[in-house]
Amino acid sequence: MKILAWVVKRDLLLAMRRKSDVLTTLFFFVIMASLFPLGVGPEPQLLKQMGPGVVWVAALLASMLSLGRLFSADYADGTLEQMLLCPESLALIVLAKAAVHWITAELPLVAFAPLLGLQFGLSEQALWVLIASLLIGTPVLSLVGSIGASLTLGLRGGGVLVSLLVLPLYIPTLIFGAGAVDASTSGLGAQGHLSILGALLVLSLLATPKAAAAALRISLE
Amino acid sequence: MNWGSFSAFIHMGGYAFYVWSSFGVSFALLGMEIWLLSKRRRTLLKRLGQIQRLNASKGSR
Amino acid sequence: MSKVNLYKFSAPATFYGLAGQMIPGFAILSAILFAAGLYISFFVAPTDAQQGEAYRIIFIHVPAAWMSMFIYVVMAVYSGIGLAFNTRLSAMMAQALAPTGALFCFIALFTGSFWGKPMWGAWWVWDARLTSQLILFFLYIGFISLQAAIEDPKRADRAGALIALVGVINVPIIYFSVKWWNTLHQGASISFSKAPTMAHTMLAGMLVMAVACWTYTIAIALYRVRLIILERERHTTWASEILGGAK
Repeated sequence: MKILAWVVKRDLLLAMRRKSDVLTTLFFFVIMASLFPLGVGPEPQLLKQMGPGVVWVAALLASMLSLGRLFSADYADGTLEQMLLCPESLALIVLAKAAVHWITAELPLVAFAPLLGLQFGLSEQALWVLIASLLIGTPVLSLVGSIGASLTLGLRGGGVLVSLLVLPLYIPTLIFGAGAVDASTSGLGAQGHLSILGALLVLSLLATPKAAAAALRISLE
Repeated sequence: MNWGSFSAFIHMGGYAFYVWSSFGVSFALLGMEIWLLSKRRRTLLKRLGQIQRLNASKGSR
Repeated sequence: MSKVNLYKFSAPATFYGLAGQMIPGFAILSAILFAAGLYISFFVAPTDAQQGEAYRIIFIHVPAAWMSMFIYVVMAVYSGIGLAFNTRLSAMMAQALAPTGALFCFIALFTGSFWGKPMWGAWWVWDARLTSQLILFFLYIGFISLQAAIEDPKRADRAGALIALVGVINVPIIYFSVKWWNTLHQGASISFSKAPTMAHTMLAGMLVMAVACWTYTIAIALYRVRLIILERERHTTWASEILGGAK
């Protein structure tokens, strides 16, 4: 457990030194979502319907684009190989790194999502559901993404490859995340969707760190 | 027997385009897979054979 | 079969010869079954009352869809064995199966679209099954491109195995979520599952075609695995003996 806190602290410190990375991801998210009204036209009813899905897809892509940062710096300077040798469980280190990825790449998106929601004319209630679904759903993206990031470590064209591996696995999160907002605006209540998102989160918390640790060993052997 | 004549068989009750393209493309793809694999085998054997002959001639010298 | 024998056959050198002996049998069987299956599909199975002759597409569509799912599971099993026991051959088998699985997946999508057009008036509908099939196709593409991108064969084997296992765990989750999404958004519009009451001959035709695809897959995967073995083991003595004989 101590190692968990230690890695989180260290990686957060490193991330604070490169604030521009955080901002780049955030602005990608904002620009990406703002492109949609320009593409489909300013019809308020249409935008209202598309809003949750667009915000979620933008969050998915932004999270995926920043996956490269998850391990690459530690891989480049050899820290990662030291971590493989460390007696503590590698899965815990991976979990810590995924947590940092979530804090630095996705938490800012969650904070900005209501602003984008307003652009799409979502109601107040829908905005709250959007925030809740993003809060529960985006950690799943970091966790699942950590498998893809560790498998493609050090490969040429790794960035595009990771999208092929990871995006299909993101689909359930997207469906229930955006679906939660739709369900609440159509009066069905978002509870069912949010509970399933929670179940996905628990499942990925249990399963993905081990898988990503195995993937790291494969990539570094 | 379903078909009164050969042309009725080809006509497929008006769905000829859909039925024949489905079956045609499917079997064409399977055929292509076989063809591509046999080509891969030929080039592989040729290349490995060349390497081996090269090694053999080097060894005898 | 004794344990010793199993290990003997899991050595690539032995398997190369064994696979070579098995291919013709499966290839001939597959050709016969395809001929029989096509005969049933076009001459024995009666015209469908609702869909006319267009329904005959299911004789290729459904077996291809079955095969694409089945091959992915078999790939994952080989991958699991490969990771657990560190056997090279099972990773090679997974790699040999993937392109054929992707091909069947594509055939299922293509024929589904050509069936949908006359039946529903649209080339593509976001039906739960078609959508899951599309995502399965993406999973195949991910597996194949990951293996292709890694140059070191050992890392490629193991990385591919891991992603195949992750994929196979996700397939039920994806299918469930797509189904949920579909019922929520589309209501009760159209679905493949409401197949017309299936005549015995139709079922028989589909089964014969499925077994034909099955034997085809075995033959083609064995053929491909022989190539992979030869490429990987070209520096060994047994491989050069084979090459010497092949000339």
